[in-house]
Amino acid sequence: MVLVVAEQRGGKLNRATWEAVAAAQSLADAVHVVVLGGAADAAASELAAADVAEVIIVDAPGVTDYTADGYVTALAALLAQQSPSLVLFPHTYQTRDFVPALAVRLGRALVTDVTAIKNTDGRTGYTHPVFQGKLSADVEASGSTPHLVTLQIGAFRGDAAKRGASAAPVKTIAVPVDAGSIRQKPEAPFQEARQAVDLSQAERIVSVGRGIKGQEHLKIAEELAKALGAEIAASRPICDAGWLAMDRQIGSSGQTVAPKLYVALGISGAIQHLVGMKGSRTIVAINKDPEAPIFEIADYGIAGDLFEVVPALIGELKK
Amino acid sequence: MKIAVCIKQVVTREWQLRVNEAKTWIRDQDASFELNEPDAYALEEALRLKEKHTGEVVVVSAGPARAAQVIREALARGADRAIHIESDALATADAVSVADAIASAIRDEKFDLVLTGLQSDDQGFGQVGVIVAEKLGMPHATIIMEVQAGDSGLRVKRELEGGWFQWISLPMPALLTIQSGINQLRYATLKGIMAAKKKEIRKVTPAQSAESTLRILSVHFPQKVKQTQMISGSAADAARQLVKHLRDDARVI
Repeated sequence: MVLVVAEQRGGKLNRATWEAVAAAQSLADAVHVVVLGGAADAAASELAAADVAEVIIVDAPGVTDYTADGYVTALAALLAQQSPSLVLFPHTYQTRDFVPALAVRLGRALVTDVTAIKNTDGRTGYTHPVFQGKLSADVEASGSTPHLVTLQIGAFRGDAAKRGASAAPVKTIAVPVDAGSIRQKPEAPFQEARQAVDLSQAERIVSVGRGIKGQEHLKIAEELAKALGAEIAASRPICDAGWLAMDRQIGSSGQTVAPKLYVALGISGAIQHLVGMKGSRTIVAINKDPEAPIFEIADYGIAGDLFEVVPALIGELKK
Repeated sequence: MKIAVCIKQVVTREWQLRVNEAKTWIRDQDASFELNEPDAYALEEALRLKEKHTGEVVVVSAGPARAAQVIREALARGADRAIHIESDALATADAVSVADAIASAIRDEKFDLVLTGLQSDDQGFGQVGVIVAEKLGMPHATIIMEVQAGDSGLRVKRELEGGWFQWISLPMPALLTIQSGINQLRYATLKGIMAAKKKEIRKVTPAQSAESTLRILSVHFPQKVKQTQMISGSAADAARQLVKHLRDDARVI
């Protein structure tokens, strides 16, 4: 049995959870999904549509708002009851915060940021990036199962998750968590910039790089985004220069995204950028330099002047 | 405030990676090394906290003899002393082994605060800090963008995804992993470099290493997974073709 730990906040499911469900389905017949946190019911009923054996809501006093201590205690207790063979999580900021402690508490191996799982001769190899994605390493986990694995966002296809013929059963399991033992006291999450968007949830993204040359040229990228129904984003140099807010930055120091469509305008494709967007389903690259590494991961490439191509694209989309 | 900062020596970002013959790691005999950039932000944050609240900053590094390079650099930037857990194996060990060695080496020092960078530029686990906290029985918080230290403990700003943040309070002693970009880095002055020569570097031999949980089977360059369709012609032609592909083939608009 493979257990997927879903991620949700206030009933809104993190889309990366579906990627973990799809990965679990490809590995085992019996997939169980566990949901924690306040308003878990909404996320649980959404997940019950998947072809899974059951969805478990963890009912514990200490997990309404996320804290590392609360999640570690609750999941350690739940995993002891459920004894899965493998536990999958999406590799998010939240799992980075608590899963290493959970693994140590349970005395189990943890592999993070996994992009592929290969079974050969009864041995399981997990692929994860090293050297900032310049190399991949295949690693083997040792010790008692279940091993814990976090999956890189975009590495598995969320839309490939199989749906069930009927809704999977949803059950609630009470887990004892002493709320007084939780040492982190969280305040309400907030957004710094009023316009801030969660780019990881965007379906389409138009992203600009150094090739845009000046802040005054951002207009055409924004127009293209509007015509596509896309969010605007950028590579690091654009945000460092202050042309776009920091929360629009895609890449290893910014956000990781996997939209249906990613349009890269004037982005050369440094690895620090690629790790943040290479999981996008369809990638379009428009760049003057035909040798730019961005073309290596693009589905469609136009080696040309973005100041000519983008207005033509906007015109074409408006037809 | 007595602060420990965990730092790592990694190959420089510019170094052209080459895989060793066994294909199990890189050929780093002829590589150049530097301070792991995310750790530089943790060190800077520690120095700023010391300047504000007084106390001591101790850098801790697990790695081979060559890691003395980044320890000296941290001392030159202003750290007061260092602990070097000298071990060749720890340079490529899994997160649990490294965290175990660090926790054992600093447990008796009773630090109020332990800082680490977000992750290392080489193996990039992003786990060592959290595991050290667990081993030392400290509360932790990760991906921190601001640190406020008061009498009763810490209030820190965690970065969430998608432009969201959250303040968290936690008692000390505690461990924080620091997000890159939290502060402006300082560089070593000549005076600092001279002063560093007199600062203590305590060498520690790691106790019996913890059982490794991960083993690298192989490392390889990522495969090119996509067949790129290059679209040529005038801007208008290319735009027309691209929109057609996106509508009819990829069906993403």
